[in-house]
Amino acid sequence: MTTKSIAMALGYVVLAPVIGGLLAGVDRVISARMQGRKGPPIMQPFFDVFKLLAKQYVTVNKFQSFYVAGFAIFTIVAGALFFAGGDLLLVIFALTVGGIFLVLGAYSANSPYSTIGADRELLQMMAYEPMVILAALGLFMVTKSFRVADILAFPKPLIEYLPAVFLGFLFILTIKFRKSPFDLSSSHHAHQELVRGLTTEFSGRALALIEVAHWYENVLLLGFVYLFVATNVWLGLAVCAAAYFLEVLIDNTYARLTWKPMVVWSWVVAGVFGVANIMVVHSLLK
Amino acid sequence: MHPTTPDAAGGPDLKWPTDGCDDQRARTVTSRFQEDGPLSPHRFEPEHLGFGNATKRLSVKLILFLLLFPLIPAVLLAITGHQGIRAIIVRLSAAAIAAASIYAAWLFLPMGAHFFEAGRLGVSMHLLDKAVFGAEMLVAAVLLLFCVRLKPIQWWIPLLIIVQAGMIAWCEMGGEVPESGLPLYFDQFSIIMALIIGIIGSLICVYAISYMEDYHHHHTEMKDGRKGFFFIFFLFLAAMFGVVFCNNLIWLYLCWEITTLSSFLLIGYSKTDEARANAFRALGMNLIGGLGFAFAIVYLVKWSPMHTIELSQVISAATSGDAGWHGAALIVAILISFAGLAKAAQMPFSSWLLGAMVAPTPVSALLHSSTMVKAGVFVIVKFAPVLMGSWAGYLLACVGGITFLMTSIIAITQSNAKRVLAYSTIANLGLIVMCAGVGTPAAVWAAIMLIIFHAVAKALLFLGVGTIEHRIGSRDIEDMGGLIVSRPFLGLVMVIGMLGMFLAPFGMLISKWACLEALSTISTFPPILAVILAYGSAPTLFFWAKWMGKVVSVPTSPLKIAGVIGKDESVVLFLLAVMTVLASGLFPLGAKGAVEPYIGAVYGQATALSAGNVTIMVIMLGLMVLLPLSFLGRRREVQLVSTYLAGANIEGNATFLGSIGAKQQVGNRNYYLAGFLSERKLSTASIILSIAAIVAMFVAVSARAGCL
Repeated sequence: MTTKSIAMALGYVVLAPVIGGLLAGVDRVISARMQGRKGPPIMQPFFDVFKLLAKQYVTVNKFQSFYVAGFAIFTIVAGALFFAGGDLLLVIFALTVGGIFLVLGAYSANSPYSTIGADRELLQMMAYEPMVILAALGLFMVTKSFRVADILAFPKPLIEYLPAVFLGFLFILTIKFRKSPFDLSSSHHAHQELVRGLTTEFSGRALALIEVAHWYENVLLLGFVYLFVATNVWLGLAVCAAAYFLEVLIDNTYARLTWKPMVVWSWVVAGVFGVANIMVVHSLLK
Repeated sequence: MHPTTPDAAGGPDLKWPTDGCDDQRARTVTSRFQEDGPLSPHRFEPEHLGFGNATKRLSVKLILFLLLFPLIPAVLLAITGHQGIRAIIVRLSAAAIAAASIYAAWLFLPMGAHFFEAGRLGVSMHLLDKAVFGAEMLVAAVLLLFCVRLKPIQWWIPLLIIVQAGMIAWCEMGGEVPESGLPLYFDQFSIIMALIIGIIGSLICVYAISYMEDYHHHHTEMKDGRKGFFFIFFLFLAAMFGVVFCNNLIWLYLCWEITTLSSFLLIGYSKTDEARANAFRALGMNLIGGLGFAFAIVYLVKWSPMHTIELSQVISAATSGDAGWHGAALIVAILISFAGLAKAAQMPFSSWLLGAMVAPTPVSALLHSSTMVKAGVFVIVKFAPVLMGSWAGYLLACVGGITFLMTSIIAITQSNAKRVLAYSTIANLGLIVMCAGVGTPAAVWAAIMLIIFHAVAKALLFLGVGTIEHRIGSRDIEDMGGLIVSRPFLGLVMVIGMLGMFLAPFGMLISKWACLEALSTISTFPPILAVILAYGSAPTLFFWAKWMGKVVSVPTSPLKIAGVIGKDESVVLFLLAVMTVLASGLFPLGAKGAVEPYIGAVYGQATALSAGNVTIMVIMLGLMVLLPLSFLGRRREVQLVSTYLAGANIEGNATFLGSIGAKQQVGNRNYYLAGFLSERKLSTASIILSIAAIVAMFVAVSARAGCL
């Protein structure tokens, strides 16, 4: 491990919640404008989290805080590993561990809303997982390495080789960002058909931590997007911003779907875009 | 002594250090009668490492002990029906077998691969071969005896027995069987297998003591057949040791057939119609596979240019540089791998393993973790160097891939805990077959790791489900809600077992990761296998996590679960749970000490996970262990509130005010996607696909060998 990678990991741990929170604020402003409202101040997500932290701590059982801690820790570990230039597969696995912790927390509450939310969250994971791994596989096929540092060092923009994989990744990004039409397990909007699904039974500090961990996760996901256009920093950041804007736009223009089309479409997209692109890359770079 | 050094141990492109094929054959034949056996690229010379004759003599005794000792308790247990005496015999012999296998590992691992020449066994080779042949005919006769009362429609089962016995007899009678100078051997891989059989297999025997006591309390209508039950259990272990230590393929075939016979008898234990039918299905499927094995022997004896009956010779023929020999070795490898597919319950054979669940739980645990299916993948992994880079091997890997993907998806639809475990076993074996068929060093690394981790975690899960079933009277996952609160020990056992099966940084995921890295580096074939792995992992996540969610959910009202867990059961569950966690933490040691030297010796090149990643994995495991501990220490008061039931709660979380003022009980069930995925349709599809792949595999191997 080099000093640079340690600095990057530390930088992520410190800055990701700030960036993630700001992005959430921007998201809310843009969404409001799209809906013809003025929207809250950009700092609103931070105010929300501080307010949650100040609340009296109540919980539905004594295990929940453990699961939430696990979710937060493993999400941060995944992100830190990514920004330190570590193994992309390991990053994906750590992120999965974090996700499973959150799901277990929801199951442990054993209430109808959170249980269905947890089931749906697992369906979401099942829907996006193949495309995430295929994206990593595609990056490996071109750069011959799973390490983020090596992938970044590749001399050409990877989107040239993996345009379809990139599109496929954008597709499942909608699920990962919890945006409509795929925000089945827990949406940003207060009262969906499952109350708040997955997060129904969390409150106060626990909910604040979930929110912050989600910011960490979003920054990591944008980092993943950045890998495809890493040759130019400004172009990379612009593509990340565009991807984020696209997801907000999709969120505001689509109604929520049920799980069946989500799973089927995600797998089909991964098959058509991901697998086809990988086959082409394989035959070209053999 | 041949001057084979580890440096000369060949990579795939190594030329045999002789000029021509004929010269080589002469050498092989003469070497039979020499001190240390054939010139095989896949061995280290113990002498070079300074092992003397005393160690060698001890190692012969130890191998013979592992092979033959289990037969003693087997016979004793067949005689005595007294529960107390039986318990003592089982515990003592299990301890002896486990201790012997650990001692063997400690003694043998530094020695690398080693072959025992016939002379050291102290009996005439000729006599031994005759005895093995006699035993083979005996096994066939016993099987035929059971077929007497079969329905006419199942005539094909006895027919298969007769055909196989006939094939072996044809070889033996012809007097053409090349004599094997080195019938027994060990290398790091067989030692790993011996540890799995010796430790996990023995633990399952111990567990069975109190489980079977309980079983007959629950099933009073059933005849107590425990004498035969424990006899077969130990016979099974002996046969498994035979599978991993026999270098003579005819001996290996005998052990192979004994595992078929044992599983047949154990599955039919309860003697119900269902048990009988499923036992015969298992027998039939395994006989179809066994046909491949018998045919491989006929081929070796009658037609092969290699003129050998030794496993090690067949494997090293692949690296001999002679295309004809490689083709011949490939034929043998594919035929025996076909037998392995049946034994490892791969599609299209997988239904026998599902049917095997009618047997008492220790039987399932034994079949799924340390015996039977592991024998199937053992031989396939053993042949990996032969399969590497061939289309036949790639198609074999595809059979594993189809099995892995389809059974992972089917497992989602199951709420019967044992069926979920069975489908997961089949899926993971598919993964191992995938790696073995690809056959590169990195893939074999992943395959062996999968074998190890799967054995521990799956034994734990099966035995856990067995105990839970006796306590709550159900094996339905939906009835396991709140286990972590009502029975913390059993809940924790299940959680650890499941973590071990699917989540980083535990064993199976480490192996899956290695598997993905191995599959993505194959450049000669289209990357379909890596794609299959990407798709197959997702459903795995779903079905494990929802089950785990059920176990960790906090019950809305206190559950009453009756009964005490037998001491043998809880001790075994505890040990296996500890082993599951330890194996994940200590895997770098096992990899360095056994797996990597094995691969180094077979392929002549090193393979390992990068050290940095291993460190990160171990750190993650530390986090996983420390996190719950840090919460145990806390004694802070938290204010507990009811869950949200749309504001209509009546008694806390348990009930709510429904329509027309009725009090409704809260009940949560998981998704099984039954309307979306159909077990029957998916099975049919994968059977068709896998048969197509198998046919293509045989076409490929025939083309390669020049038969087409």
